[in-house]
Amino acid sequence: MYQYDQYDQAMVDARVEEFRDQARRRLEGKLTEAQFTPLRLKNGLYLQLHAYMLRVAIPYGTLDSRQMHALADIADKYDRGYGHFTTRQNIQYNWIKLEEAADILADLAKVEMHAIQTSGNCIRNISSDHFAGAAADELVDPRPYAEILRQWSSFHPEFNYLPRKFKIAVIASDTDRAAMRLHDIGIQIVQNDAGELGAAFYVGGGMGRTPMIAPCINPFVPLDQLVTYSEACLRVYNRYGRRDNKFKARIKILVHELGAEEYTRQVEEEFAHLLEQGVEPPFAELERIRTFFEDPLFEAGASSDIDRSDPDFALWVDRNTVAHKADGYVSAVISLKPVGGIPGDATAEQMHLMADLAKDYSFDELRVMHTQNIVLPHVRAADLHALWTALDVAGLGAPNLDTVEDIIACPGLDYCSLANARSIPVAQRISERFAKTGKTETLGQLKLKISGCINACGHHHAGHIGILGVDRKGVENYQLLLGGSEAEDVSLAKITGPGFDEHGIVDAVETVTTVYEREREDGERFLDTYRRIGMNPFKEALYG
Amino acid sequence: MAELLRYRDDETVDHPAVTVDAFLDQSNANAVRIEPGDDARDLLPHLERVALVEVNFPAFGDGRGYSSARILREAGYDGELRAVGDVLVDQLAYMRRCGFDAFEPDQQLDKDDVQAAFDRWPDVYQSAADDRTPIWTKRHA
Ligand code: HEM
Ligand code: SF4
Repeated sequence: MYQYDQYDQAMVDARVEEFRDQARRRLEGKLTEAQFTPLRLKNGLYLQLHAYMLRVAIPYGTLDSRQMHALADIADKYDRGYGHFTTRQNIQYNWIKLEEAADILADLAKVEMHAIQTSGNCIRNISSDHFAGAAADELVDPRPYAEILRQWSSFHPEFNYLPRKFKIAVIASDTDRAAMRLHDIGIQIVQNDAGELGAAFYVGGGMGRTPMIAPCINPFVPLDQLVTYSEACLRVYNRYGRRDNKFKARIKILVHELGAEEYTRQVEEEFAHLLEQGVEPPFAELERIRTFFEDPLFEAGASSDIDRSDPDFALWVDRNTVAHKADGYVSAVISLKPVGGIPGDATAEQMHLMADLAKDYSFDELRVMHTQNIVLPHVRAADLHALWTALDVAGLGAPNLDTVEDIIACPGLDYCSLANARSIPVAQRISERFAKTGKTETLGQLKLKISGCINACGHHHAGHIGILGVDRKGVENYQLLLGGSEAEDVSLAKITGPGFDEHGIVDAVETVTTVYEREREDGERFLDTYRRIGMNPFKEALYG
Repeated sequence: MAELLRYRDDETVDHPAVTVDAFLDQSNANAVRIEPGDDARDLLPHLERVALVEVNFPAFGDGRGYSSARILREAGYDGELRAVGDVLVDQLAYMRRCGFDAFEPDQQLDKDDVQAAFDRWPDVYQSAADDRTPIWTKRHA
């Protein structure tokens, strides 16, 4: 795992002092609320319906047990004993007092963490593949590239007042587990015919009110030009991204309005110019960073045998563990989606436990998934039963990865000031319904994603089944969408038709799964069946 | 109008800056003001006659002026580069890194706060238009 040196630590410490000073100047009236707002946002502080919310960065979703313990302590000390893991691999606290914010940042800095640029119109925390460094199918570990971009983007002097927020994801496998093409910049580390590594740049994706899939603007940027190319992409955006209308300010609109070709031409021109400016880090820095991401010492010849005599355990193994590149190891997913629970929430006790288990069974490492679950990336098959037993006792043993119960849901009207409708209770009712009918398992992979408004924080555009909360004459109403995917087969979901009320939407989800069960052919997922038969059979079943 | 903060030793230009269009029309003008929508690159063929470029920030949240400043410095402009308008304490360090060496804020800034802002960052992560050595270069020096 990456570790701070004295430079990184000094920068994070300076940031804490800067924020303390800004908060003081706000109190003294030297800063107006309008002037202070973007400053607190760049430190992850949102004002929500009931209180301040603090979003803490978990760079590329990787953390160690010491950091997870610290996150738990913050939940206890400053919040109500829990935290919420988000779709961008961060954690949010919902009940923060502004007066305590600087102290929380100071606590975070002690464990090499921060909330820098987790909000505001700047380059946000860089996300990555949650199985990085473990996945059997990856080309290389993508995190060194995410880390170098973290450094480049932190306090970037030119790009802190962008037209709008800016999100970057980096992956290095053909399987996309990070919704790469739904980011402002998605980067896939690839190999050319000569065996050299490079970065394919996809620019202009995003969700929100105008969802778009990023086109590839350059299939191979050499690794020693990665930062320069990123700088060129950002400069064109900073200069020409729309600033007249907040809803048209994301880079996807610029790329769309210019056309991908023209945007690319401008980037290439700027890139040629910037290559002369010497903004690229020395290659030795990338090599230094890579040393932090070397494989842990996997036990040679570790056995892959698993005693499956306990059917509950066997089910969890089938559902929640994933192939690892080292023999005798798997990546184990800790579901934060207990039936009827709040997707992505974890209590302080659960965080402490996950931290301890990471230490005992996963080389002290944890990952946050964009699907709001936690991964222990490197677990010996021989340790799985002990791990599962400990998880199950703590209510963390739900065997439902990628099933209809593994729902992504945004905070919605329970917390969010922009919401039209509640998301959390809908998620709870749906998982309860499927758990009760026992259909979860037979439906197989079914990604369900819920947003409480058009901003799409819950990725509803990318759900095999998506749910969007809208306001219909003052009443919460839910639109149903089908056919989205955030993976390598990326697509945007389409609305089925008129919306449903809170109860109706749960029935509607059940109805579309019934169509799938009736129509599916061998080996088809819900999404495959939808793609083959189209919207009509689903519409007929829903609206008759 | 608040006091001018200036980090240069040469004489100040004592006449007002003109718009980019006017500047391009008047071959003797040496002070020009860039608005957020202007293309700083329009000035590049004429840099030898420029002594002052003002970059206007009508609202502090509009960051186009940061790119304008760097583009001018990258082209070798070494005259005065002055940020004017809604220029606030918490933007000063970023502006300085993008090449600004003078500031004319709409509102008077507290001198101690300004000094604190410039002294804040022990180091920098990336290269920009100033001469600070980035952390990633220092690590491998
Ligand atoms: C509760 C406070 C929140 C507020 C006020 C908020 C606000 C917004 C807004 C306004 C947008 C649309 C931006 C645009 O299209 O330009 C957005 C998008 C998004 N937010 Fe949130 N959000 C909140 C919480 C969350 C949470 C908890 C998550 C993660 C679980 C999240 C993840 C995202 C993602 C992934 C997108 C869409 C992707 C994109 O196009 O960038 N947000 N949010
Ligand atoms: S999708 Fe809407 S309701 Fe949900 S968190 Fe985002 S802004 Fe709030």
